[in-house]
Amino acid sequence: MLTLKSVQAGYGRLPVLKGISLHVRSGEVVTLIGGNGAGKTTTLRTISGLLSPRKGAIEFAGQDLTRMPAERIVTLGLALVPEGRRVFRTLSVTANLELGAFHRRDKGAVRRDLEDIRERFPILKERAHQAAGTLSGGEQQILAIGRALMARPRLLMLDEPSMGLAPRMVTQVYAILAELKAQGTTILLVEQNARAALKVADRGYVLETGRIILDGTAADLRDDPEVQRAYLGKGYQEVWE
Amino acid sequence: MFFQQLINGLTTGSVYALIALGYTMIYGILGLINFAQGEIYMCGAFVAVLLLATGKVNFFLAFALGMAAAALLGVILERVAFRPLRGFHPLVPLISAIGASIFLQSLALLLFGPNDRPFPIQFTFSTINIAGLPVSTLQIAILAAALGFMGLLVVFVRYTTYGKAIMACALDRDTARLMGINVDRMVSLTFLVGSALSGAAGIMMAIYYNATYPRMGLLPGLKAFSAAILGGVGNIPGAILGGLLLGVAESLGAAYISSGFKDAIAFAILILVLLLRPQGILRGRGD
Repeated sequence: MLTLKSVQAGYGRLPVLKGISLHVRSGEVVTLIGGNGAGKTTTLRTISGLLSPRKGAIEFAGQDLTRMPAERIVTLGLALVPEGRRVFRTLSVTANLELGAFHRRDKGAVRRDLEDIRERFPILKERAHQAAGTLSGGEQQILAIGRALMARPRLLMLDEPSMGLAPRMVTQVYAILAELKAQGTTILLVEQNARAALKVADRGYVLETGRIILDGTAADLRDDPEVQRAYLGKGYQEVWE
Repeated sequence: MFFQQLINGLTTGSVYALIALGYTMIYGILGLINFAQGEIYMCGAFVAVLLLATGKVNFFLAFALGMAAAALLGVILERVAFRPLRGFHPLVPLISAIGASIFLQSLALLLFGPNDRPFPIQFTFSTINIAGLPVSTLQIAILAAALGFMGLLVVFVRYTTYGKAIMACALDRDTARLMGINVDRMVSLTFLVGSALSGAAGIMMAIYYNATYPRMGLLPGLKAFSAAILGGVGNIPGAILGGLLLGVAESLGAAYISSGFKDAIAFAILILVLLLRPQGILRGRGD
């Protein structure tokens, strides 16, 4: 469904992605894990068109995304829940959700989707008229996910959905992801929290300083000694002693 | 006399507020002060006056076409003077705005000459009594029309999809793009709406003072800029409040201090606000 071929990208003269190749098949949940500065966020920004790649190719559902602007890409069915949630703080919760469907012309279906999402995440109904900035971090994350779902994405991308959330909220956000997976939503999930990500994912890639150093099924990655040491915090003591 | 000055102040203040809305909306989305806003105001007035002078167009159509011409000028200005300069240091588009302002003033001088043109329709306005106080019906008409336009703008921004999309662009441009919002189109739409309001303001002042001339936009433009700063630039209710307050302060100051100080009062307020509360009386940008 989504394919990246040797994608290189960066900011100004600073290269961040040094040739990334990966793919996501329809119905899969794929995770991209790695430490700070590995290029996870840059990868998602490049796929969604906020950053254009210097080299390589990006293809989604048979369309070439390489030079397509972000506002077109979302219309193809690729939605991003950005890092740090990025809700429109002074707009109401409902206005945020409506903007998620900005590009859709099927107004009747948008109305039904809005109702569905408010049924599914009751907090968004309770806080419907409140400014999005007054919500807690976890509630904002749920709003950001709901906003992305309003685009009716064929592929949902999430950037660090657990970042800065209380453990209880992390559990709740991941329960939502598991539910979306059960409904057959295709997901590309970027996480620093490898433990949580590998639990929900089918497959994963490990990113380090702009390169993919490892890939495999989620189970394989969970059992990989290098992944365990670097990202899951297991066997940490043995290495040092 | 106090009441009369209050009405005078609210009348001019409501016109400043209309121009200030243009400043504040454009600042909200682009972070840019469009110093050619006064010339857009002048353009609206000239188009309406020239159309009416032909004697073939009725007043309301001329008013609407004057607003449309101002809106079009705003959109063209953004394309020519601002869009090519995106990503440059903020001083660069500011200089471009001042350049555009001088250019448009000179162009109007060349086309229409330096003399005042009276408004081609003589309105017969009377003075009516409201609670025993005399009020001109012209002032009531201007105040009502200005408040009506402001109401329409607030409804547009708060309740329509495109209005919310403009707010989204002002708050977070990248995330707005992720929603499928074309930022360039929203910038054009902002210039369109803001300039139409300035055009309406120009026509109303041309009727009020019965004068249309190339430099007519200079002082109201600068005063509306002060009003936008006073209210907190980027803040829509702030621009309305700032415009009304400035108009009233100016009118009362002229009456009770000296009419010679009339124009100085707006700028004294601007300097005081910048020194004491630079974020404006209501907070600025997007709030």
